Amino acid sequence: MAKRIDVSGLSAFYGAHKAIEDISMTIEPRSVTAFIGPSGCGKSTFLRTLNRMHEVVPGGRVEGKVMLDDEDLYGPGIDPVSVRREVGMVFQRPNPFPTMSIYDNVAAGLRLNGSYKKSELDGVVEQSLRGANLWNEVKDRLNKPGSGLSGGQQQRLCIARATAVQPKVLLMDEPCSALDPISTLAIEDLIGELKEQYTIVIVTHNMQQAARVSDRTAFFNLEAIGRPGKLIEIDETERIFSNPSVQDTEDYISGRFG
Amino acid sequence: MDISTRKPQAGDDDTVSAGAATTPAPSDPGPDGKPAPTSGAPRTARGTTRRGDRVFLGLSRGSGILLLAVMAAIAVFLSYRAALAISKDQGNFLTTFEWDPNSTEPVFGIAVLAFGTVVSSVIAMVIAVPVAVAIALFLTHYAPRRLSGPIAYVVDLLAAVPSIVYGLWGALVLVPHMNGLFSWLNEYLGWTGLFSWQGGPARSMLTVGILLAIMILPVITNVSREVFRQVPKAHEEAALALGATRWEVIRMSVLPFGRSGVISASMLGLGRALGETMAVATVLSPTFDIQASLLDPGGGTFAQNIASKFGEANEQGRDALIASGLVLFVITLLVNGAARVIIARRKEYSGANA
Repeated sequence: MAKRIDVSGLSAFYGAHKAIEDISMTIEPRSVTAFIGPSGCGKSTFLRTLNRMHEVVPGGRVEGKVMLDDEDLYGPGIDPVSVRREVGMVFQRPNPFPTMSIYDNVAAGLRLNGSYKKSELDGVVEQSLRGANLWNEVKDRLNKPGSGLSGGQQQRLCIARATAVQPKVLLMDEPCSALDPISTLAIEDLIGELKEQYTIVIVTHNMQQAARVSDRTAFFNLEAIGRPGKLIEIDETERIFSNPSVQDTEDYISGRFG
Repeated sequence: MDISTRKPQAGDDDTVSAGAATTPAPSDPGPDGKPAPTSGAPRTARGTTRRGDRVFLGLSRGSGILLLAVMAAIAVFLSYRAALAISKDQGNFLTTFEWDPNSTEPVFGIAVLAFGTVVSSVIAMVIAVPVAVAIALFLTHYAPRRLSGPIAYVVDLLAAVPSIVYGLWGALVLVPHMNGLFSWLNEYLGWTGLFSWQGGPARSMLTVGILLAIMILPVITNVSREVFRQVPKAHEEAALALGATRWEVIRMSVLPFGRSGVISASMLGLGRALGETMAVATVLSPTFDIQASLLDPGGGTFAQNIASKFGEANEQGRDALIASGLVLFVITLLVNGAARVIIARRKEYSGANA
């Protein structure tokens, strides 16, 4: 189910401004890849090119190639909508649909993809909520609005919503930055479980988090404000945090800049 | 009221009493509006009431009181005159199908007017709300920026046309051109009774409803557009990331978020449709009866009736017209109340807390 992502020579633009330049990397299936780097280096922009969400922004444009196994996401005739059904996303701030119940939030993606029997939906909703470690907390109030949950619960609801459609890849854009430490821990545990089934990419500003949850880590940096962000290196997380091959990476990780 | 000579009273002015806590000696404002010099105490930012603050406080408080006073005066005036008229009414004020308030034995009732007002406004809403919401969605989510600016401007222009001009256009252009639509409706839907047509001039409820729909289109469009524009990006991206198409994003994120705003917008439009006078008076050929057909000329509305009967009315007749105006006011009030109930009932699910 999980798929490998192969990126080659990828640049992304906001109008005339080049936000990231010439990025190539391979993201392994059934593993967690963390993106770290200073603010404005293009981590989130790069993440959003992986499910074609970058082009939603007015003026957003992408050059280069992203292969999901052997399918070119930017190939001619590829519908961005179908890409996003294969590559799920969890955002920085929990964003459950405020007008929908907990149940409907999880079922939303399935309902988009076609009609399901009530019993099928019930099964997927329960399975997804269990998968997101949220089932026991919400099983008695599935018909209450999702916006009534705590921030951490909302974020797990968003993860359940993303996994309910069985994507091949799960992208997470700083999923814990709006959460307290206990909720963060719950999400990190969940990421550890989800990687059994999904290819997970996570952007984080928290280097301890990257060290805790990820198998591989990519370090991004930019030469100066206004210059495009670049991939400095990507390697096993252990190596990046103990013995990186580039001096900039070591400086950033040890807190000497950024 | 001259603010500079006003004496401070207990509980009169919050900022002055707050100032009393921080300055040693609360100073009585001198005639020039500046505080009298105190015993060398430094003027703190909170402790002094400056002239600008007090002038503004007086102005805003005065405006608030004035509004209440005007409203109360109108209510008293309307109720008094209406009560005078109704007490002399020989018919039933609510059910009589007649308007003859000027004679010594006055007989008048609002049944026809209430019916006509509600029916023409409902027709206007049925036509205008979907079109306005569609225009607003097009402007905010579909149209390229180059196009949405000019279109929004044209919609604003619609709002700037005086209602008598709409009335003239309706009577001279719209009415003669309704014949095709009317005979088509009569042929296919005539059996319902609602759309039967005897071939008279199209000065009927449906024509009025269509005209009103055009008139209330801009206000509903503009308010809806503002609401749709404020949909949080996060909600739209949540739908997009699940693989929603543009229409699905609108259905999942934009419309639920904008729902209460669209209802408010519709109520603003309905308020205008209920009270519209000149356009209706110019287009409608009024009769004092209720008929099932929306296509045959006849019927009337409160505002149209007041405008056309006011000139020939005597003292007693004017009181009767005022009484009908009061009923219109009550209907508008009920409609607004109903809208608030609709909005409040699903507050739990509204986008406001996200």
